[in-house]
Amino acid sequence: MVRGEENGTAIRAEGVSRHYQMGGSVIRAVDDVSLSIATGEFVALLGSSGSGKSTLLNLIAGLDRPTGGSVFVQNRNLSVLDTHELAQYRSATVGMVFQSFNLLPRMTLEENVELPLRLAEFPRNERKARVDEALKHVHLERRLNHRPNELSGGEQQRAAIARALVNRPSILLADEPTGNLDSSTGEEVMHLLKSFNESLGVTVVMITHERSLANRFAQRILTLADGKLIAETMPDDPRTPAGVLR
Amino acid sequence: MKIGDLTELALRNLREALLRNSLTTLGVCVGVASLVAMLSLGVGLQQFASKRLENSGLFNAVFVYSQSDMQEFRGPRRTGSAATPPLESRPLDESARRDLSRLPNVTEVYPQVRFMTEVRFADNPYPTSVAGVPDSARSDGAFDGMQGRFFSGPNANEAILQSDFAKELSNSPSSLIGKDLVLRYAERQSFSSTNGSSADVGFSVVPHEKQLRIIGIVDTEPEGGFGGFGRSRVFIPLALAEHLSATDVSDLRELVNGNGANRAYSSLTVRLKSATDVQNAENAIKNMGFATFSLLDTTKNLRLFFTVIDLLLGIFGSLALAVATLGIVNTLVMAILERRREIGVFKALGADDRDVRQLFFAEAGVMGLIGGIGGVFLGWLIGRALTLGTNIYLARQSFPPVKISAVPLWLAVGAIAFAVGVSLIAGLYPATRAARLNPVEALRYE
Repeated sequence: MVRGEENGTAIRAEGVSRHYQMGGSVIRAVDDVSLSIATGEFVALLGSSGSGKSTLLNLIAGLDRPTGGSVFVQNRNLSVLDTHELAQYRSATVGMVFQSFNLLPRMTLEENVELPLRLAEFPRNERKARVDEALKHVHLERRLNHRPNELSGGEQQRAAIARALVNRPSILLADEPTGNLDSSTGEEVMHLLKSFNESLGVTVVMITHERSLANRFAQRILTLADGKLIAETMPDDPRTPAGVLR
Repeated sequence: MKIGDLTELALRNLREALLRNSLTTLGVCVGVASLVAMLSLGVGLQQFASKRLENSGLFNAVFVYSQSDMQEFRGPRRTGSAATPPLESRPLDESARRDLSRLPNVTEVYPQVRFMTEVRFADNPYPTSVAGVPDSARSDGAFDGMQGRFFSGPNANEAILQSDFAKELSNSPSSLIGKDLVLRYAERQSFSSTNGSSADVGFSVVPHEKQLRIIGIVDTEPEGGFGGFGRSRVFIPLALAEHLSATDVSDLRELVNGNGANRAYSSLTVRLKSATDVQNAENAIKNMGFATFSLLDTTKNLRLFFTVIDLLLGIFGSLALAVATLGIVNTLVMAILERRREIGVFKALGADDRDVRQLFFAEAGVMGLIGGIGGVFLGWLIGRALTLGTNIYLARQSFPPVKISAVPLWLAVGAIAFAVGVSLIAGLYPATRAARLNPVEALRYE
């Protein structure tokens, strides 16, 4: 039994679908997926390009709305939230890390990390301490005034993780966080995510192509293909579909 | 997002595309400058005209006549007409003058004392007209810009010459100041018959001379020659003019009417605190049984004229601002294309549609504010330059300097507020478009 089951369900999808109309045909990016992720669990979403991983992650993040079914996060049905409530949800409950880091190039590291606090209307006089703490967690406390283009890829991703965690969300959603990094740097980032998962109890849902990373860091692997959840396996489980791996 | 954060982010974003945003802001600046320069000309010209007219003393004055005089002026009444009853005529005499001076907001009541005379200067005779000037003319601007000085007192034996007349007296008019001239006039001396018959009441006319010191020369006719002491070429203190008791045309009429003993004024000028008091005063004076005349309607028409002029100038000035707003729309739409991914990141980090909209609004507003402030300053400079240029031209034509533009506080504040308002309207479409961006698509944008 994974730790999440002891602590309750963080994320639950019930027959969730996201279909797009493209001309005369319907693209089934996510098709009738049901899953459950426990609080504090580290789950890897594995699948080839176009399998629906990112779409599913966007649905969990509240960036997109399902065309069918429902996504429940901490027992809140995201489908019924209006845009303002979804924004509040994204601000307070989830943190997002992207493959291409998505730091704002004209802001310093400190300003990038401070941005979610601004959006959450966090008290101005307490922001500095929060930002320093977040950057210290990712060992970038000495790079406060650097701009993203002055940092290496690994440092940028660590900064992005600090930005994702500065509002102390309970769920961290990572869309191929090591996709733009070399293997050793990618490993560093994975260790960082794992440490936050373990020390802070943050639920992590991570998209990856790399089965080895999923095996080493995730507690559970969900495999998608053509928008459907085709396997739900434990690390190093030989039943994990091999065809999707890089 | 809080307003402080919004402003900080907006300023940061504007700094990042400095050249483009500066050019857009400059466009707003030029637009506002055009608007302010146009309106400042309208306001300046209005102030100039108003001041000239106020100085003329025509707009805060009511001219009072006896009803019988006005009846004569209007022509004979048609017999058998029941439209208007016969007017009860009250003489415009010293008693009436006292009553008029007791009306509310009246600052002074004075007669128009004007008589024909012969001025003798350097042994030469110069027939002309003399007018009495009330002491209040000292401070109401009627004699602004004169050479020399105003009368030292209400009974001073002093004269101010109209400049054309001064030129007749001497080739060097300014040299006349300090010299003496002699007024030769016909003094009226009243007498009553010994048998008490009213038919024998009358006055005699006695020639007199009065030596006066020339103390000033005035270019334009005070009161524009209308109703007051204008159209005369020698001005003397009013009290002195009354004291001289010179005969004028109205004396003959009084004599014919059999009122020769009690001298009545042909008209009295009632001066009020401001032009707004004219209507009430006119009504009160009519109720006293006198006929009145004022330029109240003319004032209203003048204001209407300048309001229309201001409106037209404002519309022309706003055209440049309208073009500038297109620049704002263009800049912000470009910014949306460039910052599409950034908008996606904002939304992923918790920004509401409203936050994104407000951010673009703030950027438009900041451009409007900076452009507005700069525009007001630039418009003020243009107005100053126009005034300077006009005065150089006027100086070459030997005219005194004038102020043809003015930027009052309401215009400055209004122009800045207008610039911000128009900029916000210009930002409406881009801001709404940015707010509606789908975050997933925005994050995919390269």
